[in-house]
Amino acid sequence: MSKPVVATASLAGCFGCHMSLLDIDDRILTLIDLVEFNKSPIDDIKTFTKQCDIGIIEGGCCNSENVENLRNFRKNCKILISLGECAIMGGLPAMRNGIPIKDCLEEAYLNSPTVDDKIIPNDDELPMILDRVYPCHEIVKIDYFLPGCPPRADLIWQALVALLEGKPLDLPYEVVKFD
Amino acid sequence: MGKNLVTIVTASVAKYRKNKALLLDIIRDVQSELGCVSDEAIVQIAKSLGISRVDVEGVVTFYHFFSKNPVGKYSVYLNNSVTAQMNGRAAVAKAFSNAAGCAFGKTTGDGVIGLFDTSCIGMNDQEPAAIINGVVFTKLTADRAKTIVADMKAGRAVQDMVQEYGDGANQSALIKAMVSNNIQRRGPVLFAPFEAGSAIKAAVEKKPEDVIEEIKISNLRGRGGAGFPTGMKWDFCRKAEGKKHYVVCNADEGEPGTFKDRVILTEIPQMLFEGMAVGGYAVGAEEGILYLRAEYMYLKKYLEDVLEKMRKNKILGKNIAGKKGFNFDIRIQMGAGAYVCGEESALIESAEGKRGEPRNRPPFPVQSGYLGYPTTVNNVETFCAASRIMREGGKWFKAMGTAQSAGTKLLSVSGDCKKPGIYEIEFGTTVQTLLEMVEGRTAKAIQIGGPSGTCVGKNDFGKRICYDDLATGGSMIVIGPDRDVLEIVKNFMEFFVEESCGWCVPCRAGNQILLNKLEKIMEGHGAESDLADLESWCKIVKSMSRCGLGQTSPNPIATTLKNFRDVYEAKIRKGVDFVPQFNLASAVEESCKAAGRKPNLHGEH
Amino acid sequence: MKEIKFTIDGKECKGKNGQTIVEAAKDNGVYIPTLCHFEGLKPAGTCRICTVKVGGRNMAACTTPITEGMMVENNILELEDMRKAIIEMLFVEGNHMCPTCEKSGNCELQALAYRYGMMAPRFPYMWPIRQVDATIPKIYLDRNRCVQCLRCVRGITTKDGRHIFGLINRGGKTMIHVDDELAADITERQAAKAMEMCPVGAILKKEVGFVVPIGKRKFDTKPIGSEIQK
Repeated sequence: MSKPVVATASLAGCFGCHMSLLDIDDRILTLIDLVEFNKSPIDDIKTFTKQCDIGIIEGGCCNSENVENLRNFRKNCKILISLGECAIMGGLPAMRNGIPIKDCLEEAYLNSPTVDDKIIPNDDELPMILDRVYPCHEIVKIDYFLPGCPPRADLIWQALVALLEGKPLDLPYEVVKFD
Repeated sequence: MGKNLVTIVTASVAKYRKNKALLLDIIRDVQSELGCVSDEAIVQIAKSLGISRVDVEGVVTFYHFFSKNPVGKYSVYLNNSVTAQMNGRAAVAKAFSNAAGCAFGKTTGDGVIGLFDTSCIGMNDQEPAAIINGVVFTKLTADRAKTIVADMKAGRAVQDMVQEYGDGANQSALIKAMVSNNIQRRGPVLFAPFEAGSAIKAAVEKKPEDVIEEIKISNLRGRGGAGFPTGMKWDFCRKAEGKKHYVVCNADEGEPGTFKDRVILTEIPQMLFEGMAVGGYAVGAEEGILYLRAEYMYLKKYLEDVLEKMRKNKILGKNIAGKKGFNFDIRIQMGAGAYVCGEESALIESAEGKRGEPRNRPPFPVQSGYLGYPTTVNNVETFCAASRIMREGGKWFKAMGTAQSAGTKLLSVSGDCKKPGIYEIEFGTTVQTLLEMVEGRTAKAIQIGGPSGTCVGKNDFGKRICYDDLATGGSMIVIGPDRDVLEIVKNFMEFFVEESCGWCVPCRAGNQILLNKLEKIMEGHGAESDLADLESWCKIVKSMSRCGLGQTSPNPIATTLKNFRDVYEAKIRKGVDFVPQFNLASAVEESCKAAGRKPNLHGEH
Repeated sequence: MKEIKFTIDGKECKGKNGQTIVEAAKDNGVYIPTLCHFEGLKPAGTCRICTVKVGGRNMAACTTPITEGMMVENNILELEDMRKAIIEMLFVEGNHMCPTCEKSGNCELQALAYRYGMMAPRFPYMWPIRQVDATIPKIYLDRNRCVQCLRCVRGITTKDGRHIFGLINRGGKTMIHVDDELAADITERQAAKAMEMCPVGAILKKEVGFVVPIGKRKFDTKPIGSEIQK
């Protein structure tokens, strides 16, 4: 029987959630026995090579590339998980949500004292910035949410194991935290 | 300016005897003198009354007709209720806006004209209508709006802009309003002839307990819509311990589509005031308060005059109606624009000069009401019915209507019918009979009891208007075959979002959440799951809210989901379990503009 | 004082005359979730999380007094989901950035979310624009986190009973505001009390922060209410 396939991505996140995934310590060896990784920064596979069972998303959507990436994950994964505060509610990047994007861009690229070349980046190759940072579940359907900043390694481990074994997510109090 | 402000505030505070309970009156005076209640004025009022600034600011910012910013020499408050929209409000608003050169919610640069939306002003049978500096303008058209703006620019007095007066007492020297009564059907309780003084004279011949007994026999129930038995309420109030007792009349009819109390106040105020005196006699009160909604300010002088005449005729004052030791008088307390003040405990808070936030119950107002004294709060129509019962007896009254709903009910009918106006009907009348009466036979729906009531369709037109079938405080909005039900529902939800007091979470946040979800569906971004969400969220808001506002505010959605499910079904995408509201094109529009680049959307939305 | 007998979910309880359902429940080892409630303050009934069923009707347990023979329903599925919904409403109504908040771990709103197993709110985020007031000498007022429980309004006043905190505006625009003159004079003790009373991180005392490390905070290991529940 082939192993379940897992893919991961970091959108508008800090990679902290991925770090926390690695924080499961030696259990990572068990994990590698249990699953096969596809598109993920962990193995550096850039594009989906097959349909995946579980997609894990870190970070919310702050630009058009995030949106495209997220939609692509939804298409290629049976189960999609929002991992961490940014994926769930925008997180720190969403602190800009109360400020008009025009003001944000002008502050960053025109008015900031450290700016030399006063231009708002406009190359067509660059992702387009969204008016605010969106949680993933406002863009695609998300099946599970694992909160935390970062989510505890134990939370990620226990949730993954439960999903792989087809058991309900019965998570201990200590591991589900929003910080 | 600074000194002027201090003088004005000091004078106003002195006029109301430094009484904190009259804070609404103080603020109103200051606003009318200065055009707004600025931070500086707030500081001054607080200082003069020896209270916290934040308490004054809390009151100023709670009520719609108070403002911290200048509202213009002329402030136009244009009603935005559903019936106004049905009758061409959009064109009138546009005409005002274009002619004045300012948007709604704003004041012109020269400070002359301010334009504001306002919740239902009780003129639904003559919409679109507006209040300008307290003067009511009805049946507005785009052309009329233009001439009004021209008059305002020319500096004309607002009262002089009124071209013709309405019927009945609307023409009286103390009202002079272009408002029409539109009394379409007179019934035996309210609009049969009434001899001044007869009700109170009949009452004082009995013992107070027997007056309450008579009301109990009549089976009279509260006419505001909730239907609490009046006799029982008076009994509770009478038996509650307190140094004083109060009688309060709820003349804050704010339910969109209701205007019956306005007609009672215009045509039969003495019957109402006598009813209050009867209540005072029954519960043992010497003071009565008529809490009059700010929208009906134009009736105040006239009502004061009626009260004065009653005092002269010894129907109010000391030893009234020849009964030694029975003293009773009435004062008018003006509201300042807040629908929630129709809730009796919020009304009491407001009458005490505070933010109109409902109280926690128990204790109930009959135990601890105005200033902590036992208080009975009754509807305008209820007091009138009490007057009639004193004349004709409880049995006479009970013989009319149905077993659970005795007597008649005054309905305010508006919307898509040929004969909008006031109808006094016997309880138990079917919706179908009413629709024939008002010539609204083509209706596909009728909103019963206003937004907080029920939207019923043709299948339910055989139902009867009464407490145990289709209960109503009197608002009846006829919805014609071509109307978009969802647009109406949206208008109602916007109303509740605007009028929620903000005290409790489910009402404050929940109504906004419901409105957002409704808009998502209306925009075509709905899935089957969104309808399920709506249904379940309506239930949460209704079940968890603190007062009647939040307990009924989801009704526009809940009742149309039940009775007009097809209009929702038509909007959603079938066979999809998730439809996002997110739209990439609009999400990147602003940033691309700022960066000066063309959005690259790869042909997707 | 007169003893009152009543039941909560069938459990026989005893209380004192004048006690609210929440208070009496606590004395009997029954936890009813609360947020705006604060011992010693006049109940406000703003959050409605303590809603229970009495005689089939929903009542706020923090404002309703117990009566003889009262049958209270507390731990029922339908209510529990609606309580959770209110917590979720609060999370979307404000801007709650737990990872950046000094109150995290000691926050009662967050603790309730933990207790109720909220992984993500069912409602869409509203992203309101809320002002932070850093002008008050001894405290920060961060309205992004405010749940309008009114504990500060009820609990922090001047000696002559004037309000330092109060509500302004109406509906969704309602917010906590201060009398800036009175707020300028609050004492160290009042500032500390205000911060302690605030269930969330809306009122923070200046010049202190993040004193208790993660793992040792109030709600790190035990759910809110476990100190009551027997």
